[in-house]
Amino acid sequence: MTALPSSVPTPQPSAATAARFEPDLARRKLAGTLFLGAAIFAIGIALLVLVLLLWDVFTRGLPYLDWDFITGVPSRRPANAGVWPAILGSLYIGVITAVITFPIGVAAALYLEEYAPRSRFTRLLRTNISNLAGVPSIIYGVFGLALFVRALSLGYTLISGALTLSLLILPVVIIASMEAVRAVPDSQREGAYALGATRWQMVRQAVLPAAAPGIMTGIILSMARAIGETAPLILVGAVTFVTYPPNPVQGGYTVLPIQIFQWASRPQEAFQAIAASAIIVLLVLLLILNMLALYLRARLSRHLQW
Amino acid sequence: MATTRPLPPLTRRRAGSERSIEAFLFMAAAVGVLTTIGIIVVLGYETLQFFTKVSPVEFFTGTVWSASIKPYQFGVVPLVVSTLMVAAIALVIGIPLGLLSAIYLAEYATPRVRTLVKPILELIAGIPTIVLGFFAINFLTPNILKALIPSIGGFSALSAGIVVGILVTPLIASLSEDAMRSVPRGLREGAFAMGATRFEVIRKIILPAALSGIMASIILAMSRAVGETMAVVLAAGTNPNLTLNPLESVQTMTAFIVQISLGDTPADSIQFYSLFAVAALLFAMTLVLNLLSDWIVRRFRNAYD
Repeated sequence: MTALPSSVPTPQPSAATAARFEPDLARRKLAGTLFLGAAIFAIGIALLVLVLLLWDVFTRGLPYLDWDFITGVPSRRPANAGVWPAILGSLYIGVITAVITFPIGVAAALYLEEYAPRSRFTRLLRTNISNLAGVPSIIYGVFGLALFVRALSLGYTLISGALTLSLLILPVVIIASMEAVRAVPDSQREGAYALGATRWQMVRQAVLPAAAPGIMTGIILSMARAIGETAPLILVGAVTFVTYPPNPVQGGYTVLPIQIFQWASRPQEAFQAIAASAIIVLLVLLLILNMLALYLRARLSRHLQW
Repeated sequence: MATTRPLPPLTRRRAGSERSIEAFLFMAAAVGVLTTIGIIVVLGYETLQFFTKVSPVEFFTGTVWSASIKPYQFGVVPLVVSTLMVAAIALVIGIPLGLLSAIYLAEYATPRVRTLVKPILELIAGIPTIVLGFFAINFLTPNILKALIPSIGGFSALSAGIVVGILVTPLIASLSEDAMRSVPRGLREGAFAMGATRFEVIRKIILPAALSGIMASIILAMSRAVGETMAVVLAAGTNPNLTLNPLESVQTMTAFIVQISLGDTPADSIQFYSLFAVAALLFAMTLVLNLLSDWIVRRFRNAYD
């Protein structure tokens, strides 16, 4: 301060500023430390819940989890029960759903990213897709019940369930594929055009291969979402007591989440325990799918360079 | 690119197939619109069928819901109140947890901590909701809530609200973090240059600037909570009673839909149509919330660049 010539007036804060200014730095810093503590506490609680959940499921379920449980069929006696029909049902419905969703989802994403004109209608298509992603899954179940089970007379079959889940995950697949397509640099498109490609040749040979890792990851993650869904399948008739492998077009079927729901709704401790065992099977299945997605992404993008 | 295959020559036939491919892609994109129209038509039509049997006035203002026990009464108020109560509890849990996690990840965490913690947080979003319901009835209620509130029942709105709150935490965290990270550096650095502490920058600069994104994430979380089904069916029970006491067992709208489809309800019965009426109301509620969230983002977005 001594260096300042005395003729320069020291700036004085206005009365309004002075009232808002907290000069006690130690106190201001303490407020910050307390806040950081609260933030770490919050994130700690979220992580703690995850740990508790896994710990509870595994301590309850592991004792019942053996080979007989995986390859067995449901039983009125919990000790004899197994989840084989439910595992098959989940795999069937996951694969059929992915097969239905894949072409439609990718085609829709290609249209919206590569073909659609800038028009109000295109904007409506986009807004509509993001809104569909926010519709509760049980509403899709109600719609599937009216459309597939009743109007199209497909009945309470696995194919009705797969079609319902396809509508449910379609917006997610479209959004993921759109992101993958958008990430392809324009130089790829321009290069293809410069070689004389038509628009479809460009899309087919330049955009699609480059977007493939992102699209595949999106599809597999949506498949995981479909396999974890319960509510819509209750509406379209996944039944809870099935002792035989599923047939897509006739007869009852069940899936892991429904089997878990049925066991978890029973008061007896032993059924809660095998519900936990079935949860472990479901979580392992989802984990495998997620790792597959990571692996495919790494593998498919290995030879991509630009 | 790895592909070096020569392109087929462009002929007149090829130009035609270009157009049919575009038409096919367009039809795929239109499936979404057809789904929306289909949902609205189906829910609207079946709800009208329901209203020929039960008057809309009774449905919207009746305070007793008894779909399976005579005398049948279809007043939707108890289901709506329970649904909103569970959603409110979920937000009371989810907003502080999600928002504080977002602030920590966006403003405090080092890149290493962030890449470690964020995927773990997102794991919660990937857990099937039935598993959270199982957690509620087997761990949360008996081991934690019973110890704190001995009078709580095995099924309660509180227990359901807490697990749904946990379920929406990653949603709020991830969307709010995006909003905070998109606040330009210049604003932050300006505030630091004025001598603000980190907490003051967050409170006076970041949070106000990211407010629209944060509000949008909270409303989306509410929509998620209103439509959540399996966790609520297991944790809150299936007792359609009109109460604001979170310790009691209640039945949400989604839980009713599940209950009625588990029983042997004959098609064309009044119960069967009530399922569509409740679903239509649920769809309308979540649609309004989703559109509101969209609108907030668009209306209040601060364009800094």
